[in-house]
Amino acid sequence: MTTAAETSSDRSVLPITERYRLLGWLRRNLFSDAFNSILTLVALVFLFFVARNLLRWAFATAEWGVIPANFNLIMRGQYPATEAWRLWLVIYLLGAVVGVTWRLISGQFSGVARLLLTIPFFLMLIPFFSMGTRLNLFITAVASAAGYYIEGYLPIQRRGRAAVYFILAYLVIMLLLLRGVGAEDGPMPPVSPILWGGLLLSLLLAFFGITLSFPLGVALALGRQSQLPAIRVMSVIYIEFIRGVPLISLLFMGQVMLQLFLPDGFPLVDRVLRALVAITLFSAAYTAENVRGGLQSIPRGQYEAAQALGLSAYQSTINIILPQALRAVIPVLVGQFISLFKDTTLVALVGIFDLLGIARTILANPDWLGTHQEVYAIIAVLFWIFSYSMSYASRRLERRLGVGVR
Amino acid sequence: MKSMRKINKVGMILSMVIGMIIAACMSPAAGPEVVESDEAAAPAMQEVQSTLSIVQERGKLVCIGNSQLPGFGFLDSEGNFSGFDVDYCRAIAAAVFGDANALEVRPATARERFTILSSGEGDVIIRNTTWTMSRDTDLGMNFGPTTFYDGQGLMVRKEAGVATLQDLQGASVCVVTGTTTELNLADQFASAGVDYEAVVFEDFDQSFTAYDEGRCDAVTTDKSSLVSRQTTLSAPADHVILNVTLSKEPLGPAVRHGDDQWFDLVNWVVYATMLAEEYGITSSNVDSFMGSEDPNIRRLLGLEGDFCSKVGIANAGCFMDVITQVGNYAEIYDRNLGPDTVFNLPRGLNSLYTDGGILYAPPIR
Repeated sequence: MTTAAETSSDRSVLPITERYRLLGWLRRNLFSDAFNSILTLVALVFLFFVARNLLRWAFATAEWGVIPANFNLIMRGQYPATEAWRLWLVIYLLGAVVGVTWRLISGQFSGVARLLLTIPFFLMLIPFFSMGTRLNLFITAVASAAGYYIEGYLPIQRRGRAAVYFILAYLVIMLLLLRGVGAEDGPMPPVSPILWGGLLLSLLLAFFGITLSFPLGVALALGRQSQLPAIRVMSVIYIEFIRGVPLISLLFMGQVMLQLFLPDGFPLVDRVLRALVAITLFSAAYTAENVRGGLQSIPRGQYEAAQALGLSAYQSTINIILPQALRAVIPVLVGQFISLFKDTTLVALVGIFDLLGIARTILANPDWLGTHQEVYAIIAVLFWIFSYSMSYASRRLERRLGVGVR
Repeated sequence: MKSMRKINKVGMILSMVIGMIIAACMSPAAGPEVVESDEAAAPAMQEVQSTLSIVQERGKLVCIGNSQLPGFGFLDSEGNFSGFDVDYCRAIAAAVFGDANALEVRPATARERFTILSSGEGDVIIRNTTWTMSRDTDLGMNFGPTTFYDGQGLMVRKEAGVATLQDLQGASVCVVTGTTTELNLADQFASAGVDYEAVVFEDFDQSFTAYDEGRCDAVTTDKSSLVSRQTTLSAPADHVILNVTLSKEPLGPAVRHGDDQWFDLVNWVVYATMLAEEYGITSSNVDSFMGSEDPNIRRLLGLEGDFCSKVGIANAGCFMDVITQVGNYAEIYDRNLGPDTVFNLPRGLNSLYTDGGILYAPPIR
């Protein structure tokens, strides 16, 4: 608080013209004395060479042809081309859900919502997209707009609940569409998750890893604080065991050793599901420890006040303790979820074609030998976009909930 | 309060102990342990159900393959598995089901491939796997006929004027650490009495980039891989692969110990592709052989004698399905590694015995 006040008073001393003029800014920040000026020049020269080489590589040396040629592979892996319409349907519906919940979200993060709605139009500008792809993107935008109008007819006080239903229904429909229903030769033949790949699989693994590990982690954190010794010991054992082994060993265990432990004739659990379970179990242990930090930061007085009001243990946990504890650990949790998203690349090592796995198999295609710089650059950009979006959304949420400010 | 703390401590210790036990089970010990359970499981499996009937019940072959080896196993731009090893997976599927696409390729790393086979999650490994004695015995594998004879080679710059190992006295060699490649290099240079400096890297991409940048005088790995990478060098024509072979790398399919019928089937599918080349039968001209009088050809195509039933397959034309859907050895080779590909890899040892190579398939009789 005091620091903020100081800066603002500090600033107000400066003449307004100098604060906003470029030269003044430069003089104050980059060339304030001889030593800083030298540092600035050295950094500029260095940046110039880096940027020149980077641009020269990007525009002259790099063979970007590898990206459009393998674009479908990067986006959806081995998902059959004949069933690709189902993926588009999933995207239309996502657009619609964003539209339907827009007014609700926009109160909290208007910037994000506006950005989300413009994404289809930005994507339509990508040069190598076919007209069909652009049309599909346009339909997505239309679906968003339609969703937005539908929400206008809902009574304001029901919107929150409606949004939850829409999102839950969306998740169920999405899984049904992806997985397929009915006979092999029916209109929607099943597509085994082994064939899901690329960005599709990375996002699904991250999304379900996060949403499933969160409740499990909270339950474990509460379990660790429990008065009942059995529950507490079990939680501690689980958390300490999982945190004591690297994720890759859990993945290998799931892929390679699970089959040895299961009884003969036990049906094979899907490999992708096995990876998801490993990721979820792993992430839950870390979530539990992060949430425990939040729980321990709640002053004793809050518990006592809740008891004094006559709330049951359940009521006080749900209504008093958890909301405060979770609010305090949002930045840590988001950090952990971003690292979970990036950790999903480890599944490439157990033969699943996530974004990284797909990149590695594209590099083994004789037509595209030696293009690893281009492919890895694109994969890095994709990861950056999603990781940065998550951290941006979390910062908005923090500001909205006033984390760090009382 | 005190007792609670005690319980907490007990819990911690307990969890640590369990963690350690599990960690001990999972660390490198996984090798021998898995083998034990495999030896126990393999005979049991044979009594219960043969691999062939498991495969037939499942409706598709699960082939443990590679997804990252140019020319041998990768996904093409349409998302289909492709490559030399994958074609042999397809050949087995064609023999069993009459449909080369009744196949699931299970990509695996070099480390996990044997464990996956032992656990019964795959039916056969066709993943540029070198046939070695310890794998054949300790690991409980049975190796089928070698489909590709590879060998470790050396690539150098033309201008260096190197022809033999002796010319590399004092040279620096880029090599991937922790591989048999590194050991072979040491063995061969030591026995030739040549001093060299090994520049080691974690993976072959790095090793090869370093060579291209001139950080070492030579680079070594399997010859087929050297050939495929040569095209990606900044000046491919300035480099040459030496006519020396540092090691033997016979690559072929491997199955579990203890199921001889399945082992026979895999063997004879591979032999059938070689025999078809020997008799000049290709996927395009196979129809013209239907009226052939040659009993060798008639037996291969299932027109005479019921040889497919001897490996447990009811369809008498099982080898014909292999030839029509996948092709003979030369077709498989040329499609993936031959003159029309970027590799343009000479057949060398991988020619038929009639052409000076060592591919020699026993007769179907």
